[in-house]
Amino acid sequence: MTLREIKESLNLKVYSGENLLENEVTGGYASDLLSDVMGHASEGDLWITLQTHKNVVGVASLKDLSAIILVKGFTPDKETLDMAGNENIPVLGTDMETFEFCGVLYNLLK
Amino acid sequence: MHFEYKVEGGDFTLAGYASSQIKKTLKQLGADPAVIKRVVVALYEAEVNIVAHAYRGVIYADIQPGGIILRLVDEGPGIPDVEMAMTKGFSTASPQVREMGFGAGMGLPNISENADSFSIETEVNKGTTLTIEINFK
Repeated sequence: MTLREIKESLNLKVYSGENLLENEVTGGYASDLLSDVMGHASEGDLWITLQTHKNVVGVASLKDLSAIILVKGFTPDKETLDMAGNENIPVLGTDMETFEFCGVLYNLLK
Repeated sequence: MHFEYKVEGGDFTLAGYASSQIKKTLKQLGADPAVIKRVVVALYEAEVNIVAHAYRGVIYADIQPGGIILRLVDEGPGIPDVEMAMTKGFSTASPQVREMGFGAGMGLPNISENADSFSIETEVNKGTTLTIEINFK
């Protein structure tokens, strides 16, 4: 499923990467611990987190994740957006909490 | 091919730079994507460890036909109990570092799981050297 389809179904805000919405999303990983994501997320995963600093973009880029979703209305730091632009990592947001967002995303992707 | 990167302790803005450069180089060399993934995980964790725990360090990367050898040499507090440090979930990271989502006690185990060979030499109040080897086949 493309990021655009997910964005439209779940009414996500796009903070960065409007031009990357055709990215293919193959799964999801929810964690706020960077080493957990480093060790266990898979290429193509959507990363669901409440961390807003720029290191999330670094991790997403190194792991070839399809996008970062910030939950609970959290917004990315300016440096995060700058880096997301450079690294071609889409950053989107939802007002939902992690548990709820994972539930709806899981149903969408299964 | 030989590369060197300096790492400053406490400077999270550049954490992951060396990992990103090595990833690009290995891609250009046509290394197996599964191997690149393992190198990236191991190197990123080791790089972040210097930023989170040491005062400064240098990463030496040697890319040879058969694999990559990474040496991360830091000046820092050293590791008093290596066995404890290797335990999943054990961390001495500061509250500020943990708030960022680092310091979950998964770094060294992640390195160990992704390396073909991994060793730690450390001296308290002096520093730590990690040697990580990952074979291309």
